[in-house]
Amino acid sequence: MAQSQRLEKTVKGTDLSLAGEALSLDRSGALWLPEHRTLVVSDLHLEKGSAYAARSGQFLPPYDTRETLAQLHEAVQRLDPACVVALGDSFHDARGPERMEPGDRALVAALQEGRDWVWIAGNHDAAVSEGVGGRYCETVSVGGLTLRHEPLAGAEAGEVAGHLHPCGKVSMRGRSVRRRCFVSDGHRLVMPAFGAYAGGLNVRDTAFEPLFPKGFTAYLLGDGRVFAIGKSMLGRD
Amino acid sequence: MPPSDLPPRFADWFSERGWQPRPHQLELLATVRAGRSALLVAPTGAGKTLAGFLPSLVELSEAGRGKGQDKGQGKRGLHTLYVSPLKALAVDIARNLDAPIAGMSLPVTVETRTGDTPAHKRTRQIARPPDILLTTPEQLSLLLAHREAEAFFAGLRTVVLDELHALVTSKRGDLLALALARLRRLAPGLRSIGLSATVREPDELRKYLVAQRQSPPPSAGEGGVGAPAMADLVVATGGAKADLHMLDIGRTLPLAGHTAKHAMPAIYDLIRSHRTVLVFVNTRLQAEYTFQELWRLNDDTLPIALHHGSLDASQRRRVEAAMAAGQLRAIVCTATLDLGIDWGDVDLVVNVGAPKGASRIMQRIGRANHRMDEPSKAYLVPGNRFEMLECRAALDAVEEAAQDTPDARIGAPDVLAQHVLGMACADAFDPLDLYDEIVSAAPYAGLSWEDFEAVVDYVATGGYALRAYERFAKILKGADGKWRVRDARVAQQYRMNVGTIVESTHVKVRLARQLRGKPGTVLPKTGRVLGEIEEDFCETLTPGDTFLFAGEVLRFEGLAEDECMATRAGPGTDPAIPSYAGSKFPLSTFLAARVRAIIADPFEWDRLPPQLATYLAQQRRHSILPGERDLLVETFPRAGRFYLTAFPFEGRLAHQTLGMLLTRRLERARLRPLGFAANDYGIAIWMTKDVSERIALSPDFVEALFDEDMLGDDLEAWLDESAMMKRTFRQCAVIAGLIERRFPGQKKTGRQVTISTDLIYDVLRRHQPDHLLLRAARQDAATGLLDVTRLGMMLRRIRGRIIHRSLDRVSPLSVSVMLEIGRERVYGEGADDILAEAEAALLEEALG
Repeated sequence: MAQSQRLEKTVKGTDLSLAGEALSLDRSGALWLPEHRTLVVSDLHLEKGSAYAARSGQFLPPYDTRETLAQLHEAVQRLDPACVVALGDSFHDARGPERMEPGDRALVAALQEGRDWVWIAGNHDAAVSEGVGGRYCETVSVGGLTLRHEPLAGAEAGEVAGHLHPCGKVSMRGRSVRRRCFVSDGHRLVMPAFGAYAGGLNVRDTAFEPLFPKGFTAYLLGDGRVFAIGKSMLGRD
Repeated sequence: MPPSDLPPRFADWFSERGWQPRPHQLELLATVRAGRSALLVAPTGAGKTLAGFLPSLVELSEAGRGKGQDKGQGKRGLHTLYVSPLKALAVDIARNLDAPIAGMSLPVTVETRTGDTPAHKRTRQIARPPDILLTTPEQLSLLLAHREAEAFFAGLRTVVLDELHALVTSKRGDLLALALARLRRLAPGLRSIGLSATVREPDELRKYLVAQRQSPPPSAGEGGVGAPAMADLVVATGGAKADLHMLDIGRTLPLAGHTAKHAMPAIYDLIRSHRTVLVFVNTRLQAEYTFQELWRLNDDTLPIALHHGSLDASQRRRVEAAMAAGQLRAIVCTATLDLGIDWGDVDLVVNVGAPKGASRIMQRIGRANHRMDEPSKAYLVPGNRFEMLECRAALDAVEEAAQDTPDARIGAPDVLAQHVLGMACADAFDPLDLYDEIVSAAPYAGLSWEDFEAVVDYVATGGYALRAYERFAKILKGADGKWRVRDARVAQQYRMNVGTIVESTHVKVRLARQLRGKPGTVLPKTGRVLGEIEEDFCETLTPGDTFLFAGEVLRFEGLAEDECMATRAGPGTDPAIPSYAGSKFPLSTFLAARVRAIIADPFEWDRLPPQLATYLAQQRRHSILPGERDLLVETFPRAGRFYLTAFPFEGRLAHQTLGMLLTRRLERARLRPLGFAANDYGIAIWMTKDVSERIALSPDFVEALFDEDMLGDDLEAWLDESAMMKRTFRQCAVIAGLIERRFPGQKKTGRQVTISTDLIYDVLRRHQPDHLLLRAARQDAATGLLDVTRLGMMLRRIRGRIIHRSLDRVSPLSVSVMLEIGRERVYGEGADDILAEAEAALLEEALG
């Protein structure tokens, strides 16, 4: 009985426990740590659109930064965090902050108002520096959790990372649904990318194998809620 | 016709062969020599190609032409350009032109320029062009974007557009129209010749061939104000009537399904009793199925081959060569053989499945017996009882020579964007001049200056309200008011992305090698490539599934690095995955109207096969048969669910859109719809609440359900999230160059493109819903995958003419569409429903 209740709670898809810390997986793709009133978002990839325009003359709609910040704004309004951690690759490239529109810059400043804001260094934005507020860290510890951009093989229990942009695919009766997802084995957690233009890597890709040698559960972002899907139900691309 | 038009050399050549120049060949010659453009409408086998080239050959044969006159250097420029929709056709024509040129020892050079032409030859062709160049629309656009285009085309006298009826119905036709407009500017006095099969509105093609609206408006001398400019019309008269029948196999046909399994022995007998038979089917899957069934019966081991677009190109070339050499008794083929290549010896055409359109079927019939004066012989083979109706309607249409080719297109904005960039690559352009040139092309005659400016703005910086990309602009406006391309890299990108054909994502099928001692394990990237398969189809397979491909039963082993790995299934294995599918061509409006008329009129039933008449009589007894303009709606319970069926006869695409919209409405009415299925004739929706009861309570419910206003907010809301809309948007984005087919030196896989355009679509639709590319996608949706235009026409037609029957069980008519359930893909399930079911599986696993 007790087991099925616990399970019921888990498969609701929102609440998890990792290294003794309570986590809530938000359907926006953000992670909420209620006991620390901390909101974690990963791989925002701000200014990805303008990076393409600068680099290859490909004019993707220049609204991705605005869209990503609007989604973040929605989560911040709802949860009112004391601290926001951006888990790396917050900008698509090091010159992203320079290219940001004044309006979007003001949006970031408004989000930072009255709360602690941490930029974790990523591989795309390792050199990002001034002009966007907040403080910079390589990793940060929150309770029993370690927050870093790129997951380490053999990491300590309680690692929360991003970088891989996990996506899960479910196929049934001739239809398939592919969504961003959290991935966890109870030991570590890999977060979905939050950025509007961030693509996804299928969780069945070999990149995930060394991180989850004993299998995993993926938490797919549905339209209405988060769905916990077992590895056996997830297809390859 | 003054005989002097045909030089003695030509007249002799004709008579040496025992031929007479046909009247239409001489008429076209006289028209073109008088400096006029012309459309030649002729059936297959009428000597259309020779007619098209005759004016050029005569001019080129005349002494003194070019020698020492062009630029005074003894160098002749390009005289005639021939554009064909198929690369293979261009090559074939080059071969065919050899006979008259060699036979008369004409001093004429002919070359082809296709994607296969090597770089050194391309360079040489620019420096020293042949007299006649044979090419495709994409290659022509590339030539026009060349820096040397002006000099290259300056002396061009004639352009010949082959299979024009097929070209103008697509975006390739838009691209070609723009190219033609540019050619007219580069080569004043250019004469256009269009070669076409019979079409419903030849005037549309006549307009396409010549300059339309110009500013200032055309002078009264050119037909007066208001009258559109048109090329002359030359029609080849005569041609024997087709000898066309519906194949009667003396058995009762099923009510649904398209395989025509029952007819295979009869088709095999026809192959045995004829010299060479073309067996046309509507889809690749049907081709595989038919090929397999015919070989099962093939005790005489007759050489029967398979030809469809998914097969590896080398395999297709082998089949074509064998056919040309007269080595085959039959080819099972899809629309890939609808057009062009002349194969002489075909004495019978068999069309399996529904004809779908009168003009399409006539084109196919024309493939038999490529001699105009002998009748083409053909059989229509219905796959089910409804298709018998469609076959009857098609037989009538062919008898009356009634055509149902599509309406003229309105030029697509994404194609225009591609063209504008190409023109900037060729040379700096003045926007006013370019606008005048573009509106002279028939599909773009209605283009406003504002819309043109929006396209130029899109090409320059993406056309965004947020002016974020000014400093990266691809084309720049100079102090002289002219737009120039930014740098050589932009021109390079244009060249990589030219064309309007965006292939749906395909994956390679490889015949994998089994690892010895490890059954079920295959080595990735080894084994022969059999061809390509639609990704959508591949996604429905799970390892171990068997399916038909390239004429064999294959076992799906899995995907490896985006390739479909398969092995040969053991002998006698039946393919498990249904490899039949309905036609991808929707039933034409014209045939649909005829089918409705036949159903509505019991006096017509005498002309139907008795089993069909009996079936219709049963329907009349059990429910009702709708009048010609009515819509029949039936509701009934079955196995614990409640069904609503409707029979608009407007084709599957329009029905799928209708099904989506009705489902939304039924949801709002709290009837809890679960899904729907559609075919070419009707739809069935099933739900958990009693819809008959609801209609009994509020009689207006049905009328409101089908109200035209569903094309307003409901449509918009659905389009926003529709996967088909996203696919349509992706095509526009690729054509307009927002997404590149590939970067120089880097190939992007189709999958990566798919993901990013979906993300782009979502962001763009939220932040700039009126963006050029979203407008382009909506314009496509109106006639393309969603067929919204046709749905709108239907909803207007049935206003006040809905006949509802509340039944206690399924009617004979409804059975036909009910049978599609489980056979066709079911729509209407939300993403969350699928995810919830997958989640439930996890719970079961944990508890079990």
